Amino acid sequence: MEALVASAIGMMTAAGVYLMLRQRTFPVIVGLTLLTYAVNVFLFTSGRLATNVPAIYGTGAPGYADPLPQALVLTAIVISFGMTAVIVMMALGAFLEAGHDKVDMNDDDTPADGGQK
Amino acid sequence: MSLALIAALPFLGALLPGLMIRAGKNACALVTGSVTALALLMLGLNAPAVLRGEVVQTRIEWIPSLGLNANFFLDGLGLLFAGLILGIGLLIILYARFYLAKSDPMGQFYTYLMLFQGAMVGIVLSDNILLLLVFWELTSLSSFLLIGYWKHLPEGRQGARMALTVTGGGGLAMIAGMLILGNIVGSYDLSVILENKEAIQSSDWYLPALILILLGAFTKSAQFPFHFWLPHAMAAPTPVSAYLHSATMVKAGLFLLARMWPVLSGTPEWFYIVATTGLITMVMAAKIALFKDDLKALLAFSTVSHLGLITMLLGFGTAEAATVAVFHIINHATFKAALFMSAGIVDHEAHTRDLKRLGGLRTLMPITFTIVTIASLSMAGIPPLNGFLSKELMLEEAAHTAWMANPWLLGVLATIGALFSVAYSFRFIAHAFLGPVRTDYPGKPHDPGFGLWAAPALLACLVILIGLFPMLTASWLVNAAASAVTGEVIAVKITHWHGLYAPALWMSLAAIGGGLLLLGLHPRLMAFWNATPRPEAKRIFDGLMEPFATLAGRIANSLHDGALTRYIAIGTLAIAAASYYAFDTGTHAIGTRDLMPIPPVPALAWLSLVLATVAIVIFHRNRLLTLVLVGIIGLMVSVAFAYFSAPDLALTQISVEVATIILMLLALNFLPKTTPIESAPLRRTWDAAIAVIAGVGIAALAYALMTRNPAFQTISDFHVTNSKTGGGGTNIVNVILVDFRGYDTFGEIIVLGIAALVIFALTEALLRAGPANDRLLAWRPDQRRAGDRHPMMLVVATRVMLPIAMMVGVFIFLRGHNLPGGGFISGLIVAIALIMQYMASGFAWTAARQKVDYHALIAAGVLIAAATGIGAWFNGLPFLTSAFGYVTIWPLEEFELATAALFDLGVFLTVLGAVMLALASLSRIGLRAGETVNTQPFDIDPSEGRTLKSEEAR
Repeated sequence: MEALVASAIGMMTAAGVYLMLRQRTFPVIVGLTLLTYAVNVFLFTSGRLATNVPAIYGTGAPGYADPLPQALVLTAIVISFGMTAVIVMMALGAFLEAGHDKVDMNDDDTPADGGQK
Repeated sequence: MSLALIAALPFLGALLPGLMIRAGKNACALVTGSVTALALLMLGLNAPAVLRGEVVQTRIEWIPSLGLNANFFLDGLGLLFAGLILGIGLLIILYARFYLAKSDPMGQFYTYLMLFQGAMVGIVLSDNILLLLVFWELTSLSSFLLIGYWKHLPEGRQGARMALTVTGGGGLAMIAGMLILGNIVGSYDLSVILENKEAIQSSDWYLPALILILLGAFTKSAQFPFHFWLPHAMAAPTPVSAYLHSATMVKAGLFLLARMWPVLSGTPEWFYIVATTGLITMVMAAKIALFKDDLKALLAFSTVSHLGLITMLLGFGTAEAATVAVFHIINHATFKAALFMSAGIVDHEAHTRDLKRLGGLRTLMPITFTIVTIASLSMAGIPPLNGFLSKELMLEEAAHTAWMANPWLLGVLATIGALFSVAYSFRFIAHAFLGPVRTDYPGKPHDPGFGLWAAPALLACLVILIGLFPMLTASWLVNAAASAVTGEVIAVKITHWHGLYAPALWMSLAAIGGGLLLLGLHPRLMAFWNATPRPEAKRIFDGLMEPFATLAGRIANSLHDGALTRYIAIGTLAIAAASYYAFDTGTHAIGTRDLMPIPPVPALAWLSLVLATVAIVIFHRNRLLTLVLVGIIGLMVSVAFAYFSAPDLALTQISVEVATIILMLLALNFLPKTTPIESAPLRRTWDAAIAVIAGVGIAALAYALMTRNPAFQTISDFHVTNSKTGGGGTNIVNVILVDFRGYDTFGEIIVLGIAALVIFALTEALLRAGPANDRLLAWRPDQRRAGDRHPMMLVVATRVMLPIAMMVGVFIFLRGHNLPGGGFISGLIVAIALIMQYMASGFAWTAARQKVDYHALIAAGVLIAAATGIGAWFNGLPFLTSAFGYVTIWPLEEFELATAALFDLGVFLTVLGAVMLALASLSRIGLRAGETVNTQPFDIDPSEGRTLKSEEAR
């Protein structure tokens, strides 16, 4: 089972990085989303895998799933939604302002004097 | 405490001008001034104790492990400087109110000014050299902002850069010097260092430390050969020049020399470096000042010259000379600030400060003329004004000090310096105010309003008062400050007449006579001056800086060429390389933890996740399909969380998934629907290689982690054990969120709120007139529209579901503390229920029926969470300590009330507000792009004319 989870994390990371290396905003956002899944699951696995154990405190439970990574990942999921929303909005804004959705700056986009003087 | 507060007040005050400027310039100046006045008052309350010879101290431990403590102390020297900084600061605030033009952003000016003031006060009150260094660098930074205040002037920007480079560089040298000093003594506290003269002076490191510290002091106080930045800094507005470049910042170097005087002075090295530098600076700058036509340049070089004079006196290393230096610091601040402000008045009214274009202003500007005359005569050292008193004492000291066993050299050179000083002082009066009235002034010169001349007039009065009654007005302060500098009890005796046998009398007479002669010969000397080639400091400086700037530019531009893909590739490869290095150089063995079996259903879930991931990479050019595939992956991740005993995560992930996909769909409506093929196959292979390296690395790391037991005892057990007893809840994850790690959660909901506000602000910016707005107005949908955009089935279904979904939200919220659920999840659930209404009947229709502002929801959420946290203070507990109890209300069962639930309510409201605000912002863009607004809940109503429609159409 560990191998399956690890390979899934690896697949999602690889796909995420590949899409983030594309030239348009939309694949970059999707890539970032995939990378977020990968990172969240990775953080979650730092509590080690466990099935059929409660995360709820009670008497007579055989053991508990590690609650700490769960709490951290829970906030991470919500925060990453906020961040995704911001970059989606930035991508949309950039597309509407510039008329294209390329992520790399052209040479003519940089100020000629490098902002000096 | 009060000392730390004095230093903190200007910084707190720096926040006010930005707000108060909306209430008008007078209110802004008044508020800024009252903060300074308050600090001055608090300083005054400490003054009696200091004058009695006590040292007031405030000690706060900050980072004790580094020896960095926020310790402050106030002795005579600190009192003198803090008084100058705050007192003249107050006058400058008044003066600047009337000096700045309507178009100048005054709030910004006062903010910079207060930052600077705070940094200066911090320097003179610090009892810890590391703290002092922090404030020291802050003065460099804030003066950079002030000098470059007129951003549209290239001279201003260049002057600001030059000042920052020189004083900042000196500051770096000083940091090194101070660290050496701290190492020798074994403490970074000034009061300890000042008691270790023998240890410091006998150390091998004395000379390096001395040179490094002097570099800092000399650059700040514009001593030769670093004097060149000060005249260029004159591009700043005149209030800045009067404040920074005459009264305060340039004196920070002198302050440091005086502060370190007890431990560093008295050695031949100190004498020859400090006294000689001061002497050269004094004579050279005085000579240059005579040949400057720009009033502010003249004053700038004169300032350099006077700073040299004070440096020289401190360099003599005797208590008498140090006392004179302290006295001259007071006098110079009074007359030079008055002169700068007067030069500003002339510039303000005559629209020029070029001496060649001025003259004859005596009758046109009588008040200004009076002020300038008093201050200039004092600068020239004419009796009975205060400048005369300290200059006489200086000449006396110079006459009695031998340089390299030469008894008269110092005296002669000091007299020559004084002679030039007389000449340029008289030139200021003569060439600007005397002579015939001209007809070709660029402006119409006349005396300004009271507000502008009040500050210099007050200083001119001080010049006279100190001059006439030095023992009454200044000796107490000189005594206190000089005693603090020298460590001896000083009782100074200042008189106007030292007798016929005092050499100073004859040196003074020679200086005045020679000065007047020079002024008479000025036209001819000027011609000679102009004909002689001189090194141009700015050109040399620029020549030195140019290669560095080019090199820095080349490195920065090649690394930061604006290509995001390149940054990501470099970053990923760097992380991979570092990780591989760590792996390769470490020791490792196969993990020993028992592996879990693979049942068939999870294997199928894994397969669908992997297939979806591969499909995304293959089909990513079809963007809609990509979103569907992302949904599958998100679903599988949620299922995985549920399978691995994390119900809270599963609930969160699945609700976030819904919101994310809706958001991306809304955005995709306006973005291109496909991604074109742009990169060559080679590039794609290369990218794929990077991606595979990253994936394999992460997978290996995850596998290695999961197959091992934790190397150390985890802290999770603590949370499990204390969840019920300490936090009052059985859902450990939720208790961690709202109790154990409540502070983290508090920060996170703030971040979420900020993210939503950023989205709102971005939308506002897009909808303002501009290319984006034009594009939206001319928007043509690139997809076919549905014939029935708001189908009745969907509308009815969502209406029916809304109360049920709300109920589920409340249920999930309430049970969250003990069973899976909580504020995060219920916030998302309620948000999705509301979004469904938007989807069913359209944004505008729904928004018109919405009674709650999403901004208010976010604010209420953060405030409720904060209030819950603060509530703990009233019970004497730390922030966010939760309390809970069990109550029974008939006929219900016993149930629990916890403050954590209130905190969770804050989380709920913030999450709800943030999600809704983000989606509502996107919908507003849709409206601008011509989306029609429906007046009825659905487009096609088969039962037209029935009650449903009329009710909804209200």
